[in-house]
Amino acid sequence: MERIVSPNEPKLSTAGQESLPPLSIGLWRHRNVLDLDDFLSDEIALVFEIADGMVEVLARDVKKVPTLRGRTIAIMFYEPSTRTRASFELAAKYLGADTVSLDSAKSSVAKGESLIDSLRTLQALEVNTIIIRHPCSGAPYIAAQHLQTSVINAGDGCHAHPSQGLLDLYTIKRKFGDLKGRKVVIIGDIMHSRVARSNIWGTRSTGLHVVLCAPKTFIPQGMPEMLEKCGLDHVSIEHNLDHALEGADVVMPLRLQKERQQSGFISSIREYVRLYQVNGERLKKAGPDVIVMHPGPMNEGVEISHDVAYCNSSLIEQQVTNGVAIRMALLYLVSGVRN
Amino acid sequence: MPEKILLNSSDIERALVRIAHEIVEHNKGAKSIAFVGIKTRGVPLAQRLARIIHNMEQVDIPVGSLDITLYRDDVTSLGFKHVVQQTYLPFDITNKQVILVDDVFYTGRSIRAALDALMDLGRPQTIQLAVLIDRGHRELPIRADFVGKNIPTAHNEEIKVFLNEVDAVDKVAVRRLDGENSEPK
Repeated sequence: MERIVSPNEPKLSTAGQESLPPLSIGLWRHRNVLDLDDFLSDEIALVFEIADGMVEVLARDVKKVPTLRGRTIAIMFYEPSTRTRASFELAAKYLGADTVSLDSAKSSVAKGESLIDSLRTLQALEVNTIIIRHPCSGAPYIAAQHLQTSVINAGDGCHAHPSQGLLDLYTIKRKFGDLKGRKVVIIGDIMHSRVARSNIWGTRSTGLHVVLCAPKTFIPQGMPEMLEKCGLDHVSIEHNLDHALEGADVVMPLRLQKERQQSGFISSIREYVRLYQVNGERLKKAGPDVIVMHPGPMNEGVEISHDVAYCNSSLIEQQVTNGVAIRMALLYLVSGVRN
Repeated sequence: MPEKILLNSSDIERALVRIAHEIVEHNKGAKSIAFVGIKTRGVPLAQRLARIIHNMEQVDIPVGSLDITLYRDDVTSLGFKHVVQQTYLPFDITNKQVILVDDVFYTGRSIRAALDALMDLGRPQTIQLAVLIDRGHRELPIRADFVGKNIPTAHNEEIKVFLNEVDAVDKVAVRRLDGENSEPK
């Protein structure tokens, strides 16, 4: 008679059962995390495995481990942000690192210091990792070229937001397990969205099918050719939201970036709402287990209706929590790489 | 050097039964005991000890698993190579007699990490340490309370514990690591 209270966790492989070879940390090659285009699927799996351990730390009463004690992480934001910044800062602090936070308005940037000089100053201050957000696409690449310090891209212009791409995929993975044949619909301003771009790279070779749904003006010119050229054949483009949502497993409306709408990409916000808002009525066309995600911040009543944002299928808050775990995993991994 | 078998399946079983008796004797029963296995092979050992004590005393003993990667002292040194895994403690360790279980006791550094990890998770009344093999070469003032077998070794020897639950076989083997072919532990 076996009545032992024992861990029934899935991880511990038992004899006789088939188990995948254990992931080795030796897989990890990235000193910098700039985009997901150079991530192998094993590397993504490694990030997720470590994030699982971090989720457990986040569920504790005392959410602090001493792993990165004595290391310093600089967080440089040249653009406003709430969740990404708070998320990175908490991730660093939960791992025991010290953080220094700089934002452009309050630092020497306001006095005209160049990006590279600011970065070199941080490096001279013996910072171990620099997390950077910048309005110009490619800025973190320039940073990485000029520094021996690890650089993590927290969003650069319209180009990439790798930690967001990873946390989105992680959220989908935790919900569905097997991703094969699942349909992800990303709706809205693809043109200006670094989240969409990183999600396209991140979902490559996962078995997910990604549908980009937007008015023609929001799809960059030459996008179909680019997708083909890069071998991203899991992505397709659809202009009609009702068609796109049919059987969808993940629905991800993007923020309508009002600050970029002066130049006539859409005729009016009201028309955009009518054609592209994800609302309760439209969501009925999606699959039975559909989840709603949003990279935030939301314009409630524009790209997403209030009822959908807070419905039971919405994992928007879960994304934020997972984001901390993913960023802890990334900070842990880059800390172990030889400079 | 080919590997040499030090313990076979029934040797391991006998050692665990003896440790189980010692644990119950030392704690005057098994009422407030909880086992915490250190990943990976401490976990099945903890489960086996709990099962043996259950059969002796008819008491259900909670078993948890502890991953110590985040508490290691070599993480920030160059080229660390450990994947973080999940800690799973389905019970409160506060005011329990927590018995940490590991397969091999060597330098004491992983036990040091495990102690820190446990302290972050609650306030046990006592923490005791049970290991299957004590191979010597302590580097810290930590020693095991319950030992399956003392096996004096050289630094260039590797003690490997194989357990059914993980490795599909029960045995303890030793082999010498010769220069280039050696796999660092």
